[in-house]
Parts: sequence; structure tokens; C-alpha cells
Amino acid sequence: MKYLNEYRAPDTVKRLADAISALTTRPWRIMEVCGGQTHSILKYGIDQLLPEYVTLIHGPGCPVCVTPLTAIDKALAMARQPGVIFCSFGDMLRVPGSREDLLSVKARGADIRIVYSPLDALTIARQNLDKEIVFFGVGFETTAPATAIAVWQSKQDNLSNLSFLVCHVRVPPIVEALLVSTENSINGFLGAGHVCSIMGYQEYLPICHKHRKPIVITGFEPVDILQGIYLCLKQLEEKRYEVENQYRRVVNPNGNRTAQALMQNVFKVVDSHWRGLGKIPNSGLALSDEYNDRNAELRFDTGIDVVSEPHNCQSGQILQGLIKPPQCPEFGIRCTPETPLGATMVSSEGACAAYYRYRRHPHG
Amino acid sequence: MRRIIVTGVTRMAEINLNCPLPLPYEQIVMAHGGGGRLMQQLLDRLIQPVFDNPILAQKQDSAVITVNSAKLAFTTDSYVIKPLFFPGGDIGKLAVCGTLNDLAMSGAKPLYLSCSLIIEEGFPLADLKRILQSMQQSAQKAGVKIVTGDTKVVEQGKGDGLYINTAGIGIIESALAISPQKIHSGDSIIINGDIARHGIAIMLERESMQFDHHITSDCSDLSGIVHGLLDSGVQAHCMRDLTRGGLASVLLELASAADCHLEIDETAVPIHEAVSSACEILGFDPLYVANEGCFVLFVPEHQTYQALEILRLDPLGQQAAVIGKVIRPKPGGMVTVKTSFGTSRVLNLLSGEQLPRIC
Repeated sequence: MKYLNEYRAPDTVKRLADAISALTTRPWRIMEVCGGQTHSILKYGIDQLLPEYVTLIHGPGCPVCVTPLTAIDKALAMARQPGVIFCSFGDMLRVPGSREDLLSVKARGADIRIVYSPLDALTIARQNLDKEIVFFGVGFETTAPATAIAVWQSKQDNLSNLSFLVCHVRVPPIVEALLVSTENSINGFLGAGHVCSIMGYQEYLPICHKHRKPIVITGFEPVDILQGIYLCLKQLEEKRYEVENQYRRVVNPNGNRTAQALMQNVFKVVDSHWRGLGKIPNSGLALSDEYNDRNAELRFDTGIDVVSEPHNCQSGQILQGLIKPPQCPEFGIRCTPETPLGATMVSSEGACAAYYRYRRHPHG
Repeated sequence: MRRIIVTGVTRMAEINLNCPLPLPYEQIVMAHGGGGRLMQQLLDRLIQPVFDNPILAQKQDSAVITVNSAKLAFTTDSYVIKPLFFPGGDIGKLAVCGTLNDLAMSGAKPLYLSCSLIIEEGFPLADLKRILQSMQQSAQKAGVKIVTGDTKVVEQGKGDGLYINTAGIGIIESALAISPQKIHSGDSIIINGDIARHGIAIMLERESMQFDHHITSDCSDLSGIVHGLLDSGVQAHCMRDLTRGGLASVLLELASAADCHLEIDETAVPIHEAVSSACEILGFDPLYVANEGCFVLFVPEHQTYQALEILRLDPLGQQAAVIGKVIRPKPGGMVTVKTSFGTSRVLNLLSGEQLPRIC
């Protein structure tokens, strides 16, 4: 496969792993922000190629994992309504709400449809004018423009039977929040490449300089991740702190201006609650007032205010990189993908699910 | 603006997760049929205990029963595929080949099949005829007869056009006892062809995705290639055809039944480039994608190349490859995958169906 095989070539991987070993003189802790990177690291065993004293910390970059329980419960309440067609990305279906997940509601007859693009919800709305269609918009800046265009288009087309439950979140505020947290001991970051393909990386310059931590915008294939780690370690060893771009084939400094303009038109920046992490200032995107008529939270009175999270889930500490999944006493025992205590066990990009799938020896 | 009041919402301040039920769901969800861990739980915790008997407990694709000193294999399977016609086959061909394959994996020579149809009101007769002819054609090619059956019609909206159930009987002439319990340390693990074609062909057809390369299902009858192998004296320890849960699920099931650690070399597993690309785009792991014409074979190490040569003589075995070996006994079983970088990871059953990922 062109553009993939080159980035999975064993000889390039070995060269980079050797270069990392030769470069590193002392222990460093690097956080990969994006769940897609966590998934790749565990699938390909990239951590096994690093010197023992380089530790990868798995960050909060899984949009499914951080969607707050309140939003999931609202989604469930809307999906349960007769006459509603509830549209969602596939991996949201297994995320547990307070009592159940969308899959269970679907099993009892609710019309819940997996869509690949928010624009599919428009097609469904046009074909079902007698039904209420709700699209569940989750994800980082990567998926937000796709929701934005669906919202904008639905307004242009005057589609009145479609509304949006929007829970999009932004990456820079969470990176900042992690750095401010005194508990963290992260030396450098691998930035989320696909988020930066939309947003560029100018937003990271002040964070990098204020906290004196290197940030390397990194892709998702084994060669990308190892090269990102190499660049980050090189800065650390040379006592530099800069924003560097490993993922140049996809990311340019200013990102995708068209997508940004669209997001600015449709969304407003709000404080947002992250599952396991709490409220983070300016970290969320909500529909701007101009689109109140398409806001599912205003259209449906679910009676749900704020739902508290179970106490025995340590996903907050996992998302902050304070512990690794196997260190949680519930991991693999009471918390499994079938009976998840928290969302990090559900999504394929969640750190707990990735460890469960790729590292757990089922019989000890 | 219209405002919709949601009814029947229960609010819970805290969740009591301290009491695990025997099954995590109170009703059947799609993943119970997905070939993953939930389905395994349903079999182990509900179905097996209710019907409890020693033949069922062997957990083979076919039950092996002895009647007046004749050893027979007996199996059944239901087919609920959407779309009914797909590149490389249709529900009729699938219903015959799937059952023939289950018989072949126990070393049986298939003899007779049954055919039960559950047809939705309004289903076009022309389509039904096409499907029945396709069944007959596949049966004839394999030298078996469809000798009994049943027909039911359900109201419109109560079925997906057509469901088919087939059962099959075959005779086991070989003295070999082929079963997971025969799997032995040092055995080579061989596959006859490239993986994940059926699942991807169906997915692309269902989602109307266009690819430059036309991917067709691998749907085929494996009884010929299996008997070629057994007749030439290969001492197969175990065989299993890959279905819903893909290569990974079959290996995990066998490792557990045999109490062995299996190691797979990821780079050795044959996969067509177009299938591999489609998996990348959809975010699927090909090791868990469905197949309908692939099987894995466990043979003693010294017969590895003999088995490979014989497999490659058959059109369904052109890409036969050694994909791994049985490392050592391991209670409960384990499967590890060696990557092209020399690292390794553990294979686990998926919770249910693979779901397309967000990003």
C-alpha cells in the first residue's frame, strides 16, 4: 500500500529505534496525546523498541473516552424516544451511560444508526420527514468540521427535522491543563497529527514556551511515532523546547483555513466537562446561538442535568498519565470491554481497551 | 421552535456495578452473534449448560456420533446475510458451502443436506429461484443431495427477505481423530488462502463503497481440498474453517480448547492488498474480519511441506502458507502475534462486532 508501507518498513523502524537508543542518556517521560497513537503503539509494540528508561504516557486524546456521562445519558434519552432516528459514529454505541449503552437501547427497538459522516444524517433526515433525526457530534477538532458542515448545510436546506447533540472538544486547553496540574511529570508531548491538520500548530507555540516543554506534531504509523519520539528526545537532550512538525506530509503550520472558518461560524468555545477529568476552561465547542434551532439539547427536554461518575473508575488518573491501565485494581477483573466501569475501557482508542486487547494474558 | 419532552428517564446519582450478572446484558444485542467474546459467553453460560451432554461439550463445528459402528458428522447453520447477492456468491451458495465446510473440518465426507427457508412476505419469486438454483449447483458440485427441508413465510417487515438454515450429515471414513485436543507443541499452523475477503466484500457492497479493485467473497466449498489432503496421508491434528470472527477468533478458540500457546507471524498471513487497504480505510483489523473459504490446519512439523505442496495443487490453496506454530502447553490457551519489527502482542477475542472508528 502506497503511503503506508513506507511508514511500516521494518528497516526504517530499526534505524529509528537504534538512533533513539544512541541519543538517550537519561530517563524521559513523553505523552502521546492522541488515542490513535496509543492504539498504534500497543498494536505494533513500539514501546518494546524503546530504551527501558523512556516511558510513554498515554494521554486523554480519545474523544469517545472523554465524552461526559451527562452527554451519553442525554443521547440515550433522545434515542429512546419513539419517532426519533438517532445517528452516531460506531464506537459511541458501546460507551456506558449511567445504566446502559446505545447498543442496548437499539436492541430494544430504538432506531439508532451508525453513520460514517455527519452528512449521512442529512440524507436520513430528507428521507424521513415524519421523524426527528438527531446527530451525536463528538470528537476533537478533527471531526468538528464535518459536524459543522452538516449543521450549516441543514440550515441552508431548511431541514427542520434534524438537530445536533454537540460534544466536540479542543486539544490545546487539555494539554495546558495537564501541564498546569502539579501532579504531572511529563517532559514532552507528541501532538495529535490529525487535529493539527485542521487547526495547524500555532496554538501550541505559547503553551510550549510558557511551560518549556517540547511538542512534536506526530503522525500515526510506526515510523511516524518513532520519528516523533526521536525529535522530542533530541530536544530534551539538547535542552531545547520548540514546536516541531514530524507529520509534514499532512500538517501545515496554519491548518485548513476553510474548515476553521466553518467551525467559527457554527460553534462557540465553551467550558467543557471531560469524563474522568472534570471541567476544563474553553475546552469545548457548542453550537453558536445562531443555530439554537438545531440544538438537540434545546429541542429535547431530557430532564437530565449533571450526572456524577462512578467512584471506582480511575480513568481520570489514566487520562492524565498518572497510572497505566494494569495498575488499576479493577483492570481486567471487574472492568472489561463487556462490563466497562469507564469509557477508557470501551473505545478501541481508549488506553485501557488497548492494553486489554494487546497486552492482557487471558490466563495469567 | 418545537420542544420535545422526553419521558421515562431514570436518573441515578450513583451506579451499583458490584453485582456482576452472568451476562453483561439483560437482552440479546447484535454482538451476541458477532463471533466474539459476548457470543462465547452466551454459549458457555447459557446454551451449553442447558443442553449439557458430552457430544456438545466437545465444542466442534460438527458433532461426531457413532451409529452401528459408522462414524457420522452432523452439523447445522443458519444464514442471515445482507445483501442476499454479493460479489462472489449469494445466500444460497453460502448456506451450502458453510455447512459442507463444517462437515469437512471434522474429516467427514458430506452426504446429505437439509434446507429450511424462512421467507418474508413480498419476496420476489425470481430471486428465490435464483438462490435455490445456486444451492443446487453448489450441492451438485460437491456431490451431495439436498434431501429434506421446510418452508415458512413471515409477515412483511418480520424478516430480511430470506433466512436459510441448512443441516448436514457426512461420514467419517478416516481413522484419524481430528480435534483441538490433538493439537501438540511443535505443530505447524497452515492456512489455505488469503484472509478477510468475505467480510470486506460484504461491507463494501452494503455501504455502496466503490473500489478500483473489485473484491469478491472467498465463499467456497472446502471439502475437496480437505479430502485431497487427508487422502494423501497428511496426519491433520486439527482443522477449523474461519467464519464470522475471522482468523483471530478461531485461533483463540482452538488455543483455549487445546490448552496451548500459539504464535503467529503477522507478516506470513496472506492478505490481498485491496482487502488490506479497505481494512485500513474502515479501521478494521483483518485478523477479525469474516471469511467463508479459508481454513487453518494443524499438522506435525515434519509434514509441513508435504501439506503445503498438496494444498497448493488445489485452486483454493494457491496461497497456502505456514502462519505460525504451537509453542508449548499453556492452561487456558494463549495466542501471540509476532510483528515485522520483532515485537509481539497478545491476541484477544473482540468484545463483539468491529465498529467503524471515529478518527
